[in-house]
Amino acid sequence: MGYLLRVDSITKDYRNHRALDNVSVQVPEQSVFGLLGPNGAGKTTLIRIINQIIGPDQGTVYFGDKPLSPAHVHEIGYLPEERGLYKKMEVGEQALYLARLKGLKGPALKKLLQHWFDKFDLSPWWNKKVEELSKGMQQKLQFIITVLHNPRLLIFDEPFSGFDPINVNLIKEEILQLRKNGATIIFSTHNMGSVEELCDHIALINKSKKVLEGSIRQIRKDHADHMFQLELEQLNKPLEHILKSGFTLVHSKPHNGLVTARVRIDNQHSPNELLEQLMPFARIISFQELTPSMNDIFIKQVTGKYPSEDTKNG
Amino acid sequence: MGKTATIIRREFLSRIKKRSFLVMTIIGPLLMAGIVIVPVLLANWSDSDYSVAVVDDTSIFHQAFRDKDNVVFIPLGTGVDEALEMMHDGRFDAVLHIPQAAFQAPSTLRLFSSRSVNFNAKLLVENILRQEFESLKLAAAGIDAKTLKSTETPVNIQAIRIKDDGELITDYPEISMGLGLVSGFLIYIFIFLFGSQVLRGVLEEKTNRIVEIIVSSVRPFQLMIGKILGVGLVGLTQFLIWVMLTFAIVGIFQMANPDLFKFTPDERVFVTSTQLLSAEEMELQKEAIQQYDTMAGQLLEGLSAINFPVMILSFIFYFIGGYLLYAALFAAIGSAVDNEADTQQFMLPVTVPILFSLIMSQFVISNPSGPVAFWLSIIPFTSPVIMMIRIPFGVPYGELVLSVTLLIAGFMATTWLAARIYRTGILMYGKKITYAELWKWIRYS
Repeated sequence: MGYLLRVDSITKDYRNHRALDNVSVQVPEQSVFGLLGPNGAGKTTLIRIINQIIGPDQGTVYFGDKPLSPAHVHEIGYLPEERGLYKKMEVGEQALYLARLKGLKGPALKKLLQHWFDKFDLSPWWNKKVEELSKGMQQKLQFIITVLHNPRLLIFDEPFSGFDPINVNLIKEEILQLRKNGATIIFSTHNMGSVEELCDHIALINKSKKVLEGSIRQIRKDHADHMFQLELEQLNKPLEHILKSGFTLVHSKPHNGLVTARVRIDNQHSPNELLEQLMPFARIISFQELTPSMNDIFIKQVTGKYPSEDTKNG
Repeated sequence: MGKTATIIRREFLSRIKKRSFLVMTIIGPLLMAGIVIVPVLLANWSDSDYSVAVVDDTSIFHQAFRDKDNVVFIPLGTGVDEALEMMHDGRFDAVLHIPQAAFQAPSTLRLFSSRSVNFNAKLLVENILRQEFESLKLAAAGIDAKTLKSTETPVNIQAIRIKDDGELITDYPEISMGLGLVSGFLIYIFIFLFGSQVLRGVLEEKTNRIVEIIVSSVRPFQLMIGKILGVGLVGLTQFLIWVMLTFAIVGIFQMANPDLFKFTPDERVFVTSTQLLSAEEMELQKEAIQQYDTMAGQLLEGLSAINFPVMILSFIFYFIGGYLLYAALFAAIGSAVDNEADTQQFMLPVTVPILFSLIMSQFVISNPSGPVAFWLSIIPFTSPVIMMIRIPFGVPYGELVLSVTLLIAGFMATTWLAARIYRTGILMYGKKITYAELWKWIRYS
């Protein structure tokens, strides 16, 4: 798979602290890439460097196979976390202005805008002032402005803050649609639920350093601790006596004739062996591997331990 | 460059579409035209004629009272009591009674009126009678009006400047002073009015957080320079409209009421004693007209002594140059702070030089070629106001070139400085900014 954006060994110092320390990130083409990290980790600095708002002290950013240059501004759409509009300016005029700054022009621009306005039910507000719009509608307008010039790379910094659930869904669908149409999306957020739902790849930045990067599936696999959950019926022998060495019973609980159990398997054994051991003594209703959620991985990476470790092992 | 043009266009259009721009554009010329028109109107305009009946018991002065403006004199042969009755009937507004003893005892003079006395009429009557009494007393002392006239010796020194090439120029300091002060003051107003608009515009973009969206499309420098130029164009537009509308309003008013603007020669010369022979009277009038012509001629000569191409070109240059120099600093302040209240601490060092040049203008005008005037007109922070004050007096081209060069270097320097503060400042929130902090932003590459 090709990479649309490669951040190569970026270091950025502010006067009192190092905001980014030798950070490299590779964003695959046509993916939704989650840029994760706690507040103050350096995400916004990295995003500003990609947008060429500020420059790195060391390292290079490549867009496609070329070093990032001012010409690439037209191929990037950016929705900052702290976002606003000219309150006294008319909605349509404002959209036209910001689109022109992205290099769009001519009668095609107005048509394009009208298409998006219709799609987001904003058309009746074309001649109204921005301050007359509700907060949700202002965010829709900002979304339109971000994607209007059909950029190859879209950067959303906390895009869902301030949206109601209906609009969150609308925006999520739009983001997936944009990817389908060929765009690559960088998506910075704290909301791990939406990360699992939307992202293909993630990078986790903590204390100015990248601590984790890869596809979601791979990362979860890497962080799996070989914990399996079983539902068993008609169990006729205590589990402790069935399991051989290398298989640890972490938890078991009978309930209405069913037994729910969690078993950790060490590295030498496979889940298939577990099933083989159990089959003679019970009817297996369900069997699944318990991979840690992105939320668990995030917290583990940042704080050093799983939030649910106690319950898992106890 | 295309994007900067887009920014300039927005800054310009969004401001001239505002209602406040329209209001200011209309009110400005009305005020300025008002300053010209209202005094003229006040001097001439009255609701109706004011008629004064003159009861002259001495029968000497009746010819002296000539109608002036809206005061109409009616000579009456009757006694005072009858005149007063007629006044009560509404035949006239006032009655002037000159008793027999008036010449010896002017305090016996009376001006009766049924309503409150018209102030202009009272002044006019007093003026006429004083001159009449003076003439009578001079005649009694054996001096006739002609002799008196010959004692009047007008002294009016012609100030002549010898230029380096030996050319002689008559100087008219009064005209130079007026032109210099007016143009210096206009530049001062322009810098303050539109410089602070730049500050507010930058602050608005920062506080409503649109700035990060914009600087992901354009460089911060383009946004800053676009705003400075856009607001500057608004200022120039407003200024031009003001000048044109003011002239238009005054012009239309003048055409509609040509009489009001005619020169009314001095009373003193035209109302002479009735004792004078009419030939002498004629001669005096001729002299008066001649003197008036010389005055008008001097005014024209004085104006023509001013080098207007230099004057107008310099005005446009210092008008724009001074604005650019200060607007960049105002933009830097707007980017460094989070709200309008915090601007105060940084405003002082920017406003002090402008205020200082305005205060020093009084000093400079009294010695427009002195060392203080020279240095203040060279230093870019004061030169826009001070040089404009000096130019009507004539400034050597060498000094002008030096001043212009330094002002260009000056506004390039402030723009460079402002850009460095601006690009850091616009993305910085919630921090209390000090001068030390600003200095670090400037040094930081």
